[in-house]
Amino acid sequence: MKDEVTREERVDNLKGMGCSRKRVEDARFTQGKGNYVDDLKLDGMLFGDFVRSPYAHARIKSIDTAAALEVPGVLAVLTAADLEPLGLHWMPTLAGDKQMVLADGKVLFQGQEVAFVVAEDRFAAADGIELVEVDYEDLPVLVDPFEALTSDVVLREDLVAEDGTLPDGAHGPRKHANHIFTWEAGDKAPTAEVIANAEVVAEESMYYHRTHPCPLETCGCVASMDKVNGKLTLWGTFQAPHAIRTIVSLISGLEEHNIRVISPDIGGGFGNKVGAYPGYVCSVVASIVTGKPVKWIEDRMDNLMTTAFARDYHMTGKISATKEGKITGLQCHVTADHGGFDACADPTKFPAGFMNICTGSYDIPTAYLEVDGVYTNKAPGGVSYRCSFRVTEAVYFIERMIEVLAIKLDMDAAELRRINFIRKEQFPYTAALGWEYDSGDYHTAWDKALKAVDYDGLRAEQAQRVADFKAGKTRKLMGIGLSFFTEIVGAGPVKNCDILGLGMFDSCEIRIHPTGSAIARLGTISQGQGHATTFAQILASEIGLPADSITIEEGDTDTAPYGLGTYGSRSTPVAGAATAMAGRKIRAKAQMIAAYLLEVHDDDVEFDVDRFVVKGAPERFKTMKDIAFAAYNQAIPGIEPGLEAVSYYDPPNMTYPFGAYVCVMDIDVDTGVPEIRRFYALDDCGTRINPMIIEGQVHGGLTEALAVALGQEIAYDDMGNCKTGTLMDFFLPTAWEVPNYETDFTVTPSPHHPIGAKGVGESPHVGGVPCFSNAVQDAFRPFGNTHTNMPHDHWRIWKTANALGLHG
Amino acid sequence: MIPAAFEYYRPKDMAGVLSLLEEHGDDARVMAGGHSLIPMMKLRMAEVPHLIDLQDVGGMTGIEVGTDTIRIGAMVTQAAIIDHAALAVAAPILREASLQIADPQVRYMGTVGGNVANGDPGNDMPGLMQCLDATFVVVGPEGERSIPARDFYEAAYMTAREDDEVLTAVTLPTPKGGHAYEKQKRKIGDYATAAAAVQIVKEAGACASASIAMTNLSDTPVFSEAAGAALVGSTLDEAALNAAVAAMLNDIDPSEDNRGPVAFKKHVAGVILRRAVTRAWSRA
Repeated sequence: MKDEVTREERVDNLKGMGCSRKRVEDARFTQGKGNYVDDLKLDGMLFGDFVRSPYAHARIKSIDTAAALEVPGVLAVLTAADLEPLGLHWMPTLAGDKQMVLADGKVLFQGQEVAFVVAEDRFAAADGIELVEVDYEDLPVLVDPFEALTSDVVLREDLVAEDGTLPDGAHGPRKHANHIFTWEAGDKAPTAEVIANAEVVAEESMYYHRTHPCPLETCGCVASMDKVNGKLTLWGTFQAPHAIRTIVSLISGLEEHNIRVISPDIGGGFGNKVGAYPGYVCSVVASIVTGKPVKWIEDRMDNLMTTAFARDYHMTGKISATKEGKITGLQCHVTADHGGFDACADPTKFPAGFMNICTGSYDIPTAYLEVDGVYTNKAPGGVSYRCSFRVTEAVYFIERMIEVLAIKLDMDAAELRRINFIRKEQFPYTAALGWEYDSGDYHTAWDKALKAVDYDGLRAEQAQRVADFKAGKTRKLMGIGLSFFTEIVGAGPVKNCDILGLGMFDSCEIRIHPTGSAIARLGTISQGQGHATTFAQILASEIGLPADSITIEEGDTDTAPYGLGTYGSRSTPVAGAATAMAGRKIRAKAQMIAAYLLEVHDDDVEFDVDRFVVKGAPERFKTMKDIAFAAYNQAIPGIEPGLEAVSYYDPPNMTYPFGAYVCVMDIDVDTGVPEIRRFYALDDCGTRINPMIIEGQVHGGLTEALAVALGQEIAYDDMGNCKTGTLMDFFLPTAWEVPNYETDFTVTPSPHHPIGAKGVGESPHVGGVPCFSNAVQDAFRPFGNTHTNMPHDHWRIWKTANALGLHG
Repeated sequence: MIPAAFEYYRPKDMAGVLSLLEEHGDDARVMAGGHSLIPMMKLRMAEVPHLIDLQDVGGMTGIEVGTDTIRIGAMVTQAAIIDHAALAVAAPILREASLQIADPQVRYMGTVGGNVANGDPGNDMPGLMQCLDATFVVVGPEGERSIPARDFYEAAYMTAREDDEVLTAVTLPTPKGGHAYEKQKRKIGDYATAAAAVQIVKEAGACASASIAMTNLSDTPVFSEAAGAALVGSTLDEAALNAAVAAMLNDIDPSEDNRGPVAFKKHVAGVILRRAVTRAWSRA
């Protein structure tokens, strides 16, 4: 048997790791053949939709559904009174709080679900909604968390005991009726002491505004209760289908084996589709009541105004340093606005997510973080919008504090970063707030980035621009935005990461078919990340079968192994590791089969790309395809037939991707219009599985970063009315607003991950937001600007220029 | 985002449209491209029990470029304006402005007639037509009449057109001199934070005439006669520009919204006008 194909060709044929394999998903997506939840049509399917509160805080005196029930096609109108006997008028949140499914006597935010109209189609439901008469009595509205913490107005009477005392919340004692928790990390007194005695201290308060993930596809579901066999099938836009199944079982009382949750194609999630929403519960109840499938789909306004928002962190920091710029301490306090219910989607032990990564990429010996969660009359949420839990907040905080310190020291901000980076030889590095960074080489990445953009040249050009501006030769300023970020992703080790008691492991199950193709199922679910492409590549390299011969399937809890889903860049770090480990189990069995077929000892064969060869005799080999067939057609002594494996992977640590970004921006001082001239992004996500998909992820994450930094917000007026409920006012960038991105990389593999991969989908968002913001702020630094809050839309930039006296 | 139930009509001629309008009074509305009306209906901010689609009514899709006048049918889309070679030569400001309206998909549906007739202060065409001293042709039960664009707008969504009339065409004198349509917006598809339409005639190095209209800075478009007058006779020196801006600011009355507060809008209006005038002058 002479092999006519070179080894290199055999590697190429696999389309394994490192290959820019075209996305297998795109054939259906680009032809409009995706299968999203709203594409699902079942016989007799009904449609449910919500009567929503126009008020941010009001008592409900009465609900009259009679007129709505007269509308032809309207079958039922559910209110809290209907759900109460089932114990479903409230539901648990992922954050250990509870949330009204339908308004129970009062409403706490504008758009809150008050009644659920079930009709034969969505048009009848919409007409029915108009005719449900709700008698509201206004209550005082709290939209400012600082005011909420001192106000006599109690938002959550259910959390105050009858004698007026405050029972502990899910995360310990509460200081005020509108206070949710205090969470601390680090050393309070030593940090205060270091800062008190420091040579230089910079202080800043900043508001990371409320925004929204705004996936193109809104949230929705179809619930179908089969009363004959007692099984509930729930299709929906779920980023964590298995967790949803468990939650549905726990709150409905249905046994878990009688519930099948299916996530079909999902049109973007970005954290918005992690939690459980009243629409899911109401659809399930409506299906049980009517015996028919019930669909619920948000419209754009519902999505922006009611399902999970992101950020809304008021952050105050102090950073201390020596005169030479060596940082000695960092202190951070956050007042976190969680809205009417605490529905954050964080690992249970982390009510402020991984905000304690806020020492960033720097070797800061002493630090202290304190976060206070607060109820207000805004929509609940607080999810990780294209980031690991609260990491965008943490990185924005430290990357602004570095800039503020650089101003205080009158130092170049790039140099200040350089002298404070954690050094390569310090990894694994334990940060002052507790995390153990797995690996990094920050100096190399930083130097590469600065050289790529000719940083010194940019600074010289900027100085000339300032001179020209002062001489009246131009009305445009130039900003150089810098950002160096460290992400913390891949939640996470079961010992400290769980959601409602479910450990945050993930899983992969592989079946090799007799003819040498395969199917692998995972506990994750792609929302556009391209899992069907990349996980097949991991397997191709691990088991030596072509990626094109491997089907990847996710999202059906009846077939896929249990996993915690896709968010927080956890799919590659956790499920990707499970995939590699399951692949290695396949390979181990294949080795025994190969040895049997080649009539040598197991130890005398070795894996080579797509085959096992006899050591020292490469002409004697069995391909993985041969081995797969043998597994099904030969009786091999001591080996079970078949070739399957399953792996549940509990990661030993998080992974820590990092990157260096530079943005060059021109700002029209008179109109406040920013123009992004250049954006350079260097990402180090460890081992790179598919460079093309990485580049696409970087482009997407940067675009969402641009959106958040330059205009995307959920804003409320004093009455708690949401002012940004449509895409007219909520900024979703198009190709027109997006600059060309230059992408680059270094590779520092994770030492504990089976293939060294760290995850990349969220890095560009985490690093991008401070980079865009720093560019705006840097443009005004020569004129005395220290800090201004995002979003940097035209009028806020104009306001900065105006306040600095630049309008003459 | 689902409208209340409505009856949909698609008459074949204007007589059919007018009889439906007569029958249903203000319960009926005509629709051209639908880009303003349909969203309002979906938000249930406009209730239109009888919706009359003008698509099958002939005679309103023509563009006639004459020596002295231009006539544009009400159903001409913004895309058609952009693509019309003779119009681009005769009245280049129409193309320049159309390219700044929404995005290509919208411009394939959005019409000149719908844009000017709806009375939305955010629309770009009303101010533009005031700048160009256009005339709107409307037809009703009493026959046809003409209304100058500068007299058409009374308040937001309130115009001189009667409920039983349909706007069928826009006519305008062929513009003279240099032009500019300058618009600041937050993003593609947005209404203007501030926009200025300017047409200037230069004779012997001085400004012989200037026409200026502003968009989305009041509840109607603002034709600022005083701003134009401030430029006439000048060489567009700084003093003349300042006077024009001051006159314009006196005529507008912006209100605060998500685009920014009043002070910002006024400042930007001044900047935008200055840029528009400067660009128009360079082309005059």
